[in-house]
Amino acid sequence: MSVTADDILTQPRHVELPVKDDARDAFERLTETVGTVTVADPKMRTEHVDVFYGEKQAIFDVSLDIGNNEVIAMIGPSGCGKSTFLRCLNRMNDTIPTCRVTGSMSLDGEDLYGAELDPVLLRARVGMVFQKPNPFAKSIYDNVAYGPRIHGLAANRAELDDIVVDSLKKAGLYDEVKDRLDAPGTSLSGGQQQRLCIARSIAVSPEVILMDEPCSALDPIATARIEELISELSQNYAIAIVTHSMQQAARVSQRTAYFHLGKLVEVGDTKQVFTNPTHELTENYITGRFG
Amino acid sequence: MDKLHLDQHISHQFNLELEEIRNKVLKMGGMVEQQVANGLTALLEGDGDLGSQVAQSDFEVNALEVEIDEECTQVLARRQPAASDLRLIVTVIKVITDLERIGDEAEKLGRFSVDLVSAEDLPSYRKDLRHLGELVRSMLGDALDAFARLDVDAAIRTAQRDDDVNREYETLERLLATHLVEDPRQVSKLFKITWCARALERIGDHSVNICEYVVYLVKGKDIRHTSFDQIRSEFL
Repeated sequence: MSVTADDILTQPRHVELPVKDDARDAFERLTETVGTVTVADPKMRTEHVDVFYGEKQAIFDVSLDIGNNEVIAMIGPSGCGKSTFLRCLNRMNDTIPTCRVTGSMSLDGEDLYGAELDPVLLRARVGMVFQKPNPFAKSIYDNVAYGPRIHGLAANRAELDDIVVDSLKKAGLYDEVKDRLDAPGTSLSGGQQQRLCIARSIAVSPEVILMDEPCSALDPIATARIEELISELSQNYAIAIVTHSMQQAARVSQRTAYFHLGKLVEVGDTKQVFTNPTHELTENYITGRFG
Repeated sequence: MDKLHLDQHISHQFNLELEEIRNKVLKMGGMVEQQVANGLTALLEGDGDLGSQVAQSDFEVNALEVEIDEECTQVLARRQPAASDLRLIVTVIKVITDLERIGDEAEKLGRFSVDLVSAEDLPSYRKDLRHLGELVRSMLGDALDAFARLDVDAAIRTAQRDDDVNREYETLERLLATHLVEDPRQVSKLFKITWCARALERIGDHSVNICEYVVYLVKGKDIRHTSFDQIRSEFL
């Protein structure tokens, strides 16, 4: 008697695949975020935040804490509201005339919209790095020195020099530019420009750094260097990073928040979200079952 | 996640790759089941030819393990799978290792059956081996069914049957030891029968492993080295 693989296959096991779920149903059934949105002793706290562009609502009742010295990644398909939410954290949405933000947001317990809080100072404490590197049309030195000068953070030139050098070192750029600090910021490569922007944020002693897809315009090596930098920076700053790359979110963050159509679907430990997410929408997104 | 939607990626090619891997694992499971069945038949009916055939066919099981491992490696490299896809690949890599070991145990049954063809004077062992063999065969079949259906309940209940297998094996061991004392001239054959019983008991253990991986795949929870009381309270 000869047993072949074909013989085995003529008696296949009955395989029942699960019934396809309707993602829209799952979304409409979602009434609150899955996972723990709060952390003990948060750096920033947001509660029941809604954002409107005119009549159109972009963010629906989002509550999320940003912890001290943590990297939290925000992921989700295009148009899900993650960048909109990120911009709430330093009131960048104030610059958009049609934008209206409601809910409660605080930094170290201070209301972001409180009378005592100057939005300009807020944007120094909660810095931002954008997708496309945007160095000023100034020298490398002046790019970094601009913020400290404006905020009067240095008493004299020597102190300013220290701030600039220190910031460039923290951003991992100093060794590459120390001999040409007078060169234009725009003469640097893409990755260097982005690190220059990070140095510029650091120069005004922020407490939180917001990053909106900071690596999407960069090559893989520059990306890896920025990610390494994020890891080092998180020892001193809280970092919230919006990214389209799920692998990047998995690499750099401790917590991951998944947004979908303006709702915060799930937030949790990055390790858990990428191996065993709780909500099916999160699962569908990170496994590429829908964009 | 109770529903894995393994075939619903935006990338059709990725669906095909995972389906190919899954089908090969089921094929490997089927081959191994048949090897165990044939090995047992050879042993219990004294069919040396069938036993030889089982022993010589083990290379096909091994080749399939290598093939599936390579495909899993390619998926990891090219797709960077996450969540349930990642757990599927990790599970497959582990399951095929256990299937390959089951294949090795079946090969032993085949090999020893050739030596034991002439063991006509040891009929009582056939009855005990038959019972142990049936327990193990049904465990293996149910474990593979649980994997095919991604059925956590079935996996846990199947794993629990290993206690019956172990009890049966221990009974058989005691019986064999008694006969060894009574008739030391049969030592060579008694050892081989013991090794066959041991091979069956090991197949039971490997089937338990497969059940544990099914729970990991579906629930994301690693239940290896966890007591059944804890598993029962969490999942049943």
